[in-house]
Amino acid sequence: MSANGQHLPRIEAAGLDGWLVRLFDRIEEDNLAWISALARECEMAFGAALIDLVPSYTTLLVVFDPMQLTPLAARERLVERLRQLQPDEAALAGEVHELPTWYDTSVGPDLERVAEHAGLSVEQVIDCHASATYRVFALGFAPGFAFMGLLDEKLEVPRLDTPRKRVPVNSVAITGRQTAAYPAATPGGWNLLGRTAATLFDREREGFSLLNVGDRVCFVSVDRDTFASKGGDTTPVDDT
Amino acid sequence: MKETSRVGFRVERAGPLALLQDAGRFGVRRLGVTQGGPADLHGWAWANRLAGNPWGAAALEVTFGGLTLVAECDVTIAVAGADLGVTLDDTPLPLWQPVVVREGQTLRFGSPVNGLRAYLAPAGGFYAEPVLGSVSCVAREGLGGFDGHGSKLADGDRLTVSEKVGQAVEQTQAPERERIDYREPATLALLPGAQVRDFTGASLYAAFNQTWRVDDRADRMGVRLTGPPLACRVTSMISEGIGLGAVQVPPDGQPIALLNDRQTIGGYPRLGALTPLSAARLAQCLPGQEVRLSATSTENALMAYRHFRCSFGT
Repeated sequence: MSANGQHLPRIEAAGLDGWLVRLFDRIEEDNLAWISALARECEMAFGAALIDLVPSYTTLLVVFDPMQLTPLAARERLVERLRQLQPDEAALAGEVHELPTWYDTSVGPDLERVAEHAGLSVEQVIDCHASATYRVFALGFAPGFAFMGLLDEKLEVPRLDTPRKRVPVNSVAITGRQTAAYPAATPGGWNLLGRTAATLFDREREGFSLLNVGDRVCFVSVDRDTFASKGGDTTPVDDT
Repeated sequence: MKETSRVGFRVERAGPLALLQDAGRFGVRRLGVTQGGPADLHGWAWANRLAGNPWGAAALEVTFGGLTLVAECDVTIAVAGADLGVTLDDTPLPLWQPVVVREGQTLRFGSPVNGLRAYLAPAGGFYAEPVLGSVSCVAREGLGGFDGHGSKLADGDRLTVSEKVGQAVEQTQAPERERIDYREPATLALLPGAQVRDFTGASLYAAFNQTWRVDDRADRMGVRLTGPPLACRVTSMISEGIGLGAVQVPPDGQPIALLNDRQTIGGYPRLGALTPLSAARLAQCLPGQEVRLSATSTENALMAYRHFRCSFGT
């Protein structure tokens, strides 16, 4: 493996309490088998000194307690674990989630814009988005916000020029070759296609987040009544 | 309310921003949940210590001032960090030391005199039900705080404190050297990161030799610094985990130091990361203040941090 002619994996400085392990230089689904395996190794290697693990597309940020472990000792543990790292193929199986989604211009006000950009009909955009299975590459931006990919190239559209001040909770959105669903109402610049009835982040649920890194996700197109019967909120997006 | 807690204060005026903060929310960052915790670790730790609380007790982080509380019982408190012109029944409240407040007395935070964030710790700490392991209040995420949903304080709220179970309040005052004059220009220690080599030589020279001004775009997520634009050969990267104090440089070349409520992942190249104590120091700077960046070594940063933490008996 190499990035900019440099050997990977590489352990990079990330402040007094962290090391960033760079395992890959490109986004690939298989990356996950290695990143998950390393995360598990870190749990064993650091024990009580482990504060947080932040997996992302190509990296794992390892945060430890510098009162218990010097950065140098932490680095040595990582070197040791990386030397004998074996991919965790099971991680690639991931949990599969089906998110019931109502695709409609009232809750997905960017459907027409995306269709125009892609040279497709709105129905074709919906079919295309709902027919793929996506992988969760990373969580971030907000609790339970899962960055999923890869979206079909046909639907690749840039972010909105001006982000919305408030994207309603459960909005299903796309940008670039990624898709996501908003676990909470937040500002956001992604293109809205519809809304899911799933509960994405729940503080009462074991594990809190419905979607985790490595999971696979399908958006299942449902009609308005089915969406509403599953508890979906049919209030149109207010872009004023 | 649990049996061992009681109402300590009534909020007479909520002010612009007062947030409950324990040490922070840990172990859930992989879910996109931010760290939270006190923006100024130093001031927060001292307030708790002076109130006789163990490390990690929940204190109130008061930004700018404007908060008025009325004591609903006799309670020992300590206020440390910024001087926000605090008065107790209209008499200036001594900072950086424990003070006994009597039932019915009014504690009023004015406006910034020195620094930006004051920490109010009652003996025993404030009490709230932890959410995802912490009471730290993050409004954006709807987590923590007195109601558990990240809500801002409102006029009339009643703030609960834990019955004192910590050690007796003994220290009379924080030593002079710990009472930081936040108005002085700050030198912030930065641990260089992996992308430092991607910045041009001239930019690196500028980063560490010129003065930076704290912009008014500053909050608990991050503080923007304005000065000479820094040029990086890498403009954007695949998003990756970012630590406390990380100094990221977006394409406009103006660095942003990321604080406690930062997003968990990001994709801008980074100069490196401020040390925990330098991130804390930056959190006390008002917009317009000047700061400098100074590269430091892991050894020095570790020594300073451990020395700080050990002085709190943890």
